[in-house]
Amino acid sequence: MNFEFSEEQNLLREQTRGFLKDFCSPKVVRASLEANGPFNQELWRKVAEMGWTSTVIPEEYDGLGLSYLELSVIADELGRAMAPLPFSSSVYLATEAILAQGSKAQKEAWLPRLASGELIATFAMAENHGQVSPKNLTTTVTNDKIHGTKTPVPDGDYADLAIVVAQSSKGDGASWYLVDLTQSEIQRAQVRTLDPSRSHAQIDFNGASAELMGTDGGGWTATQNLLNRAAVLFAWEQVGGSDAALEMAKEYALGRYAFGRPIASYQAIKHKLAEMYVRNTLARSNCYYGAWALNTNASELPIAAATARVSAIQAYYFAAKENIQTHGGMGFTWEFDCQFHYRRSKILAVNVGSERQWQDKLITAIEQTSAA
Amino acid sequence: MDFNDSKEEATFRNEAREWLVANAPTAADLNGLDDMGQAKLWQKRKADAGWACIRWPKEYGGRGANAMEQVILSQEEAKVKAPNTGFFSIGQGMAAPTMMTWASEDQKKQYLPKLASGENIWCQLFSEPAGGSDLAALRTRGVRDGDEWVVNGQKIWTSGAQYSDFGILVLRTDPNVAKHQGLSYFFLDMKSPGVEIKPIKQISGASGFNEVYFTDVRIPDAQRLGEVGQGWQVALTTLMNERASIGGGGGGAGFEQIMKLAQRLNIDDKPAIEDKQVRANLANWYVRQSGLKYTGYRSMTALSRGEIPGPENSIGKLVGAPLTQDLASFAIDLMDQAGILWSPESAELEDIFQSAYMSIPGLRIAGGTDEIMANIIAERVLGLPQDVRVDKGIPFSEVPTGN
Repeated sequence: MNFEFSEEQNLLREQTRGFLKDFCSPKVVRASLEANGPFNQELWRKVAEMGWTSTVIPEEYDGLGLSYLELSVIADELGRAMAPLPFSSSVYLATEAILAQGSKAQKEAWLPRLASGELIATFAMAENHGQVSPKNLTTTVTNDKIHGTKTPVPDGDYADLAIVVAQSSKGDGASWYLVDLTQSEIQRAQVRTLDPSRSHAQIDFNGASAELMGTDGGGWTATQNLLNRAAVLFAWEQVGGSDAALEMAKEYALGRYAFGRPIASYQAIKHKLAEMYVRNTLARSNCYYGAWALNTNASELPIAAATARVSAIQAYYFAAKENIQTHGGMGFTWEFDCQFHYRRSKILAVNVGSERQWQDKLITAIEQTSAA
Repeated sequence: MDFNDSKEEATFRNEAREWLVANAPTAADLNGLDDMGQAKLWQKRKADAGWACIRWPKEYGGRGANAMEQVILSQEEAKVKAPNTGFFSIGQGMAAPTMMTWASEDQKKQYLPKLASGENIWCQLFSEPAGGSDLAALRTRGVRDGDEWVVNGQKIWTSGAQYSDFGILVLRTDPNVAKHQGLSYFFLDMKSPGVEIKPIKQISGASGFNEVYFTDVRIPDAQRLGEVGQGWQVALTTLMNERASIGGGGGGAGFEQIMKLAQRLNIDDKPAIEDKQVRANLANWYVRQSGLKYTGYRSMTALSRGEIPGPENSIGKLVGAPLTQDLASFAIDLMDQAGILWSPESAELEDIFQSAYMSIPGLRIAGGTDEIMANIIAERVLGLPQDVRVDKGIPFSEVPTGN
């Protein structure tokens, strides 16, 4: 039995945490939040220099060729620091999409630039309200020209490249297209969201060039596979954030006195924080399972990913809201940092599909496994 | 990160499996024996071959094995159809580690091998009507009389007292010092004159616990563990082992069973499992059960590296018991009006959910209530301060008492 990170991976964690402590303090997060985006370009450059954007990209495409366990460690720490970066869009989604479905030429064209961080890419799926399905997709591609509107697209206001999920008359009803977002037939505008430290945009495609990636009519299956992989990494960011929120609540409760003693000595507060700890621990252990499944490409990945995702959504929501509650009125002020977790937890909770959707996917995956 | 055994672990697993498969009692072996008889037969057979209490030193009836080997043996034993040896768990899991730490060498040699072999069964006499969550508030008196102590008072919630040979108990030997300072720890022969055992009928109708009354019971001073007044410290050794040994329980009412139920029953003429609310609830229980499982794997990893598992291990009962309670309650709802049926013949899945529903309230209390467990996590894991204690630093006899 070995269900822990290796010594090298723990060392990577220390380095990652130390780096983010120096360069991604809450002040940095606040600056992005108050500037209303875009992302922190200086931090992005440094992160890319550290090689984080190239972690799992094979060496033949100028990546480090490391495993998903290393990427999990980085995700955990980025979540803890609430880094105002397009990391999830560019690394967990776009890079993974190209690795999974890109042709050799597409990989050669894009992966080295994604690895170096000079290029930022995103995955454009949502079309406004409600859950996306092949039946309600309205974005179309005809003769390699794309038409339609995607919103909200994470980091869509400044990403250079998008993998766009569009309608298809074939197969599963959807296809993926690579779209250069700098074309003049594209209009994009930042949209106001719950967490301005992570930019989102509306993108209007008015006949820009689009290049098919993967099979025409294979885009929906590819999307589900991609979301399973990304869900594990999102879950790591979420448990990183959950632990940070618990620590924040704990520090405050120890220092804040009421009725002559620290509020941390009242059972109402102690039990609240114990419940956070329990939820965080369960979610983190599920993330281990998810990381193992992702890293070994195990057939259990759909179950492991949904399990990590559901418990991480729940843990972070609970920790973020109860952190504010523990801080009392001050937790509700702009001046305090509690808001960061409250905002970020909700963004992460819906970015790759909501809790409700993943609960349903989990039971479906369990049904399929037991039927097989 | 992988789920495989190390080379040494795999060798041990094979050895254990081979012995278990070859030696697990057959139906003929067990013919005519009651549950206790079956348990004793199996335990003795394991002990004779060196497969009982394997973490204990050899001279006390064990095998000198490490913690990971114990985990592996338990996993393999669960795969063979062997009698339930739960009768021995309090003695082996709580009394024995306490004896190991606090008893004399002669006592260890005298008592531990018989605990390992199942020849002797031990019970734990800690809780009292006025000392539950606040265990140190216990009042059963021990008064010294030469080389003996004379005991008067009452214990409660004693599992298995009716069939136990020995018991470990904490007594108030000095009411005039502060609460925790006036306690001493002993073990006694349960057949001693003056010990009276009365079963407690639970809401489930079963009687797993007892009240135990002491009237002028005499215990030799040689059976004291630790110094006079050191009883609380000795008791902590026992309690640390207790919390590790009580799990979520629920008699097999878990996710797999409720999934089966939801596939079998209908809601609005369609399988209940197609109902979105049912799916959401099931998913929530699955992720909690899974989280516990993989937290256990992380603890096992720590064990296999020779480390002591972290406090994350303490969440098992706190998560497991309420989870099973909610799951059983929802399962009964799924059965709708027939959900109240409670017998193996008439209820779905042989009434496991009804039985779990009626037994889980006890598990949420036994060995530390949910609230006490949350306090332990808050104080020992998160390092939060203790609540203000109005009984601190004053003689126990002056501590206010209610009803």
